[in-house]
Amino acid sequence: MHKEADIRKPLILGDKTYRQITDDIIRPIESKAHRTWYILIITAAILALWGVGCILYLLGTGIGTWGLNKTVEWAWDITNFVWWVGIGHAGTLISAVLLLFRQKWRFAINRAAEAMTIFAVMMAGLFPLIHMGRLWCGYWVFPLPNQFGSMWVNFNSPLLWDVFAISTYFSVSLVFWYIGLIPDFATIRDRVTKPLAKRVYRVLSFGWTGNAKAWNRFELVSLVLAGLATPLVFSVHSIVSFDFATSVIPGWHTTIFPPYFVSGAVFSGFAMVQTLMLILRKAYKLEEYLHVKHIEYMNIVIIVTGSIVGVAYITELFVSWYSGVEYESYAFLNRATGPYWWSYWSMMTCNVISPQLFWFKKLRTSLIFSFFMSIIINIGMWFERFVIIVTSIHRDYVPSSWSYFHPTWVDIGVYTGTIGIFFVLYLLFSRYFPVLPIAELKTILKSSGKNYKENYGHGKDYWDSHAGH
Amino acid sequence: MEDKVIYAMYDDDDILKEGAKSLVAQGVHITDVYSPMPIHGIDPIIGVQHTRLGIAAFLYGLTGTMLAAIGIRYFMIIDWPMNIGGKPSFSLIENIPAFIPIFFEFTVLCAAHGMAITYLLRNKTLPGMPPRNPDPRTTDDMFVIEISASDNSKHTLKEIAKMVKKTGVIEMEEKVIK
Repeated sequence: MHKEADIRKPLILGDKTYRQITDDIIRPIESKAHRTWYILIITAAILALWGVGCILYLLGTGIGTWGLNKTVEWAWDITNFVWWVGIGHAGTLISAVLLLFRQKWRFAINRAAEAMTIFAVMMAGLFPLIHMGRLWCGYWVFPLPNQFGSMWVNFNSPLLWDVFAISTYFSVSLVFWYIGLIPDFATIRDRVTKPLAKRVYRVLSFGWTGNAKAWNRFELVSLVLAGLATPLVFSVHSIVSFDFATSVIPGWHTTIFPPYFVSGAVFSGFAMVQTLMLILRKAYKLEEYLHVKHIEYMNIVIIVTGSIVGVAYITELFVSWYSGVEYESYAFLNRATGPYWWSYWSMMTCNVISPQLFWFKKLRTSLIFSFFMSIIINIGMWFERFVIIVTSIHRDYVPSSWSYFHPTWVDIGVYTGTIGIFFVLYLLFSRYFPVLPIAELKTILKSSGKNYKENYGHGKDYWDSHAGH
Repeated sequence: MEDKVIYAMYDDDDILKEGAKSLVAQGVHITDVYSPMPIHGIDPIIGVQHTRLGIAAFLYGLTGTMLAAIGIRYFMIIDWPMNIGGKPSFSLIENIPAFIPIFFEFTVLCAAHGMAITYLLRNKTLPGMPPRNPDPRTTDDMFVIEISASDNSKHTLKEIAKMVKKTGVIEMEEKVIK
């Protein structure tokens, strides 16, 4: 039997058996939904409908309904796109990178984080499509034989790289998520008694048997998919950053963008995982599977990535001055002191200063503070994209075309609408899907379950008196 | 073909592993093991070969790279070279840096999906397939060893049943499979 160091806090608390793990995670699916769930999903659905209405209005009337003007020709649409893609980075990072590093604590969050990834990438994908204005021409982004004189899409363009990156990322994440779900659906299939539920889970579980060879393949497929998804995660946000970095706009064409965007994405993704999981664990009584130690680990990732982002901001400022290019220097001076100073300083406060508070152990192990911080970081990361996109272009080379961006109700409606759609999907997921990986949690029970850990090494509660030194 | 099978059920993976070891040592061939999660270390005991899906994934990935190279060469070099800022547009090799991102993405796309589809087919897990685990509890907290008569010519099923009883089994069942 695999054993774990004594000073490591157990990952599964309480006196659990295999049966209890199944019970605890399937309980929300088997029992009736709480009234709060109905209130939340109705609220989210209203927001989602409002968003769909705004999108339809936008498509019917045209992009002119957004607050864009001749100078600021990209604003909330791309800000929201990058923001959602960023959020979508945590899930695959948790399941892929942490799997390669054999971080067992990921089992408490990976399933829900992967679901978050998929829904967030769906929301992200919506923006490039609707910002074309003519949704029905959306398929033009693919290299399809056509009757326009053999015109192909431009494979030199980062915008096309984005098409490939986002669609690959979405579909690979979906496959990764679903392959993990199959054995858990089989567990539900073999337990539920309602005929409709039984039939649905029977279809969803693909006839999973759980024999030795299947598990052998399962583990290898998870590992190889993790190996493929790890560079994929990094490539996707690098490519998103190329949309800006390969341009000639001062403030955009910086070589630091790819690593800076990737760490920013992980930063915001983990913040969103915190926001969602802190509620989920409470609502579904999963505190024994996802406890303070897990939250602390996530907060540590947030400090690391937040600090990388902070260093990137400062490097950018330094290089803009050091480059000696006056346009470049002005772009950054204007960000901090121009008409958009408020967005720049909100970004700096939310992303650079506030995560540093997590150096205090008291704060990073406080659930309420973590939740509060996760919201702050989500806001800060939205501002980061807004700052990069809008402040770099609102002042052109010609002062007569200087401008300011005012969002219209359609801008706001589409954005809040995607939040609504996201939460509808997430709430449905949390109601009908196993929110923690049942099979994989069982594999760590004996090495990292509290009741098992007490029986080897130094025994009971040793980790509490010795951890953290 | 009719076959007789013994299903021996355990409530712990370590007990099952010990049981399987002693059965194999006595010359019993274990057909399969069903469990709610992967049992680490069971494969060498019951003689399950390591899967070759990794090699398959590599080949699918290679196919992806090749397809991307062939496709992009046709679109961008042969069929309609585009002059973009004077960048080389008449040779794949000279223009390759700009194509690397899509080479990579397409490689990953083909490797991941090719492997996933092969995995589902090899496991015989497809939408709507009927569940084939011997007992619904094997996806919850029970572990089952399957021993079929046709795999074991050295012993009769009665002898095997006797051996199984000594391994800490909690339930045993003989079934006829058609």
